[in-house]
Amino acid sequence: MDLDLIAQVFASATRLATPILLACLAGLFSERAGILDIGLEGKMMIAAFAAAATASLTGSPVFGLCAAISASLAFALLHGFASITLRGNQLISGVSINMFALGIAGLTGSALFGLSGRTPNLTSEQRFSNLCLPFHSDLGVIYRDVVSGHSAIVYVAFGCVLGTWWLVYKTRFGLRLRAAGEAPDAVETAGISVARVRYYAVAIGGVLCGIAGAHLSIALSAGYTEAMTADRGFIALAALIFAKWRPFAALFTCLLFGFVQAIGFQIEGVVEIDNRWLTTLVEFLEASFPYIMTVIVLAGFVGKATPSAAGGIPYTKER
Amino acid sequence: MNCSSTLISLLLCTSVGGAALAESKPAVIYGLGGKFDRSFNESTYNGAQRFTSETGTAYREFELQSDAQREQVLRRFAQEGRSPIVVAGFAFAQPVNTVAQEYPDTSFVIIDSVVELPNVRSLVFKEHEGSFLVGLLAALASETGSIGFVGGMDIPLIRAFACGYRQGALEVDEDISILENMTGTTGAAWSDPVKGGELARAQIGRGADVIFQAAGGTGVGVLQAAADGGILGIGTDSNQNGLHPGQVLTSMLKRVDVAVYSALMAADQDAFEPGVSSLGLAEGGIDWADDENNSSLISDEMRAAVTEAKEAIISGEIVVHDYRTDDSCPS
Repeated sequence: MDLDLIAQVFASATRLATPILLACLAGLFSERAGILDIGLEGKMMIAAFAAAATASLTGSPVFGLCAAISASLAFALLHGFASITLRGNQLISGVSINMFALGIAGLTGSALFGLSGRTPNLTSEQRFSNLCLPFHSDLGVIYRDVVSGHSAIVYVAFGCVLGTWWLVYKTRFGLRLRAAGEAPDAVETAGISVARVRYYAVAIGGVLCGIAGAHLSIALSAGYTEAMTADRGFIALAALIFAKWRPFAALFTCLLFGFVQAIGFQIEGVVEIDNRWLTTLVEFLEASFPYIMTVIVLAGFVGKATPSAAGGIPYTKER
Repeated sequence: MNCSSTLISLLLCTSVGGAALAESKPAVIYGLGGKFDRSFNESTYNGAQRFTSETGTAYREFELQSDAQREQVLRRFAQEGRSPIVVAGFAFAQPVNTVAQEYPDTSFVIIDSVVELPNVRSLVFKEHEGSFLVGLLAALASETGSIGFVGGMDIPLIRAFACGYRQGALEVDEDISILENMTGTTGAAWSDPVKGGELARAQIGRGADVIFQAAGGTGVGVLQAAADGGILGIGTDSNQNGLHPGQVLTSMLKRVDVAVYSALMAADQDAFEPGVSSLGLAEGGIDWADDENNSSLISDEMRAAVTEAKEAIISGEIVVHDYRTDDSCPS
């Protein structure tokens, strides 16, 4: 193992972790406030599509990002309307968000571009390019490949971890948010609207999923391909449980998941492809690691994962 | 059941219509991934379009939205009296096998898989021959002595690509290092450009400076990462040289369009023949792309070498091993 290879694995892990991390934080806000969010996948997908379509039509990745956030926010508010205002089943609402996003992205894409749901390939001006931090090539290969040289969204995502921690644990809003998930009656007794707090939480989740989707389609790749989120929303949910709904733990979990995938890619490339046993094993571990870890946590082997007490229960003011 | 068939007939009404002039009333069903996937399905579409523009015979078409629709649509077209019915993709093998037995008077054409029935024509390709040629080009173009391959779903067909590519590269340089990655083992492996890009970056990091993709939508991410990383990509199925002009070395062409066109023409002239056609370099079913987008990348020596290899394969002088015959690749 030389330094270049190590740097490369960590760089790859960072890129792969970013969309999962953003979606995971989105789920954190929502679930801490008592709204289960299984629709992370769908929100990322519609955001990825909106980002690529807008960037392709306007030529600007910034407009693409704005469109991604708007689209994801709209879907988040739809989920909020169904599960907060109408007090519907949050799981069902989330599942339908996922299906709706896949369908509407394909349909709109076909209508706009006639490319069977894909968007045209984006040029480098239409995408977020990689940033070179100061002293890019002067501080060693680890700094050059792992710390520097990512798109702006990666740095935003890491900043969001700190922001989430501050917002959830250090502000009045955060206290109300957590209370809305643990003891909504107490929130309402204090004269604060549970519905409003939950709407805020769901909306923040929408914005974060929007950034995650844009990262997939206009930073990591150059355009939207049908279902390109490839279950990353569900891996984010697994990471959220593994991290026990805490922001810094979420960061480490997502980096760990990204790291396992990056290692998997390296091993597969080295091993002879005819060695079917080994490639199948590596591929299995790489794909199912997040889920296996989550099951281990849920089974109670590594501490206890307790979701918000009022999670998934629609709040009714007067009983 | 009623609802879904109504839905399908609604969808059918919106597809290409028009009065059929000749006897044949063809229909085309595209696989998942859509009609304009810049790849396999688009090639099928181009073949059918060429047939229509030359004969004036219209055809009906259907774009699958899910696996469950395969049998439904086949049966629906057969009930309508459509014949021949062309289907694109290996995943149609089982549905065609079922429906073709129910409608023995209807002709079926299946691409990329073999169904042995008296009313089915199976069109398969010798992808290993084309992969050999692009492997040869990759090895000639490589300066680092290391080249890569990124496959889609891990199935024998894609392993045949990898195996042909390996043989072509080894023909040029016995010490060349070849990195091989498969994207996954499920259908999702065809539509994850992010993972494709990450796999390509991993290979670039290990020194690869030419990467061949055979991964559908995932491959778009591979070619993108190759272009971003300043190395060369190689496309598959359709001519993908134009995706990143000057950064795609070549594309392995699978002339699905030619095959579909000739099958439709044959049926139109009442000369439909069941059985298996295996199309390779000799039949013009497989080729490599040489156009203005990659002309600066292909030197005269490379062109000469690949032409020579092509002739040697056609004459039988070089035999490219097909992974699918014995599930292994000679090293």
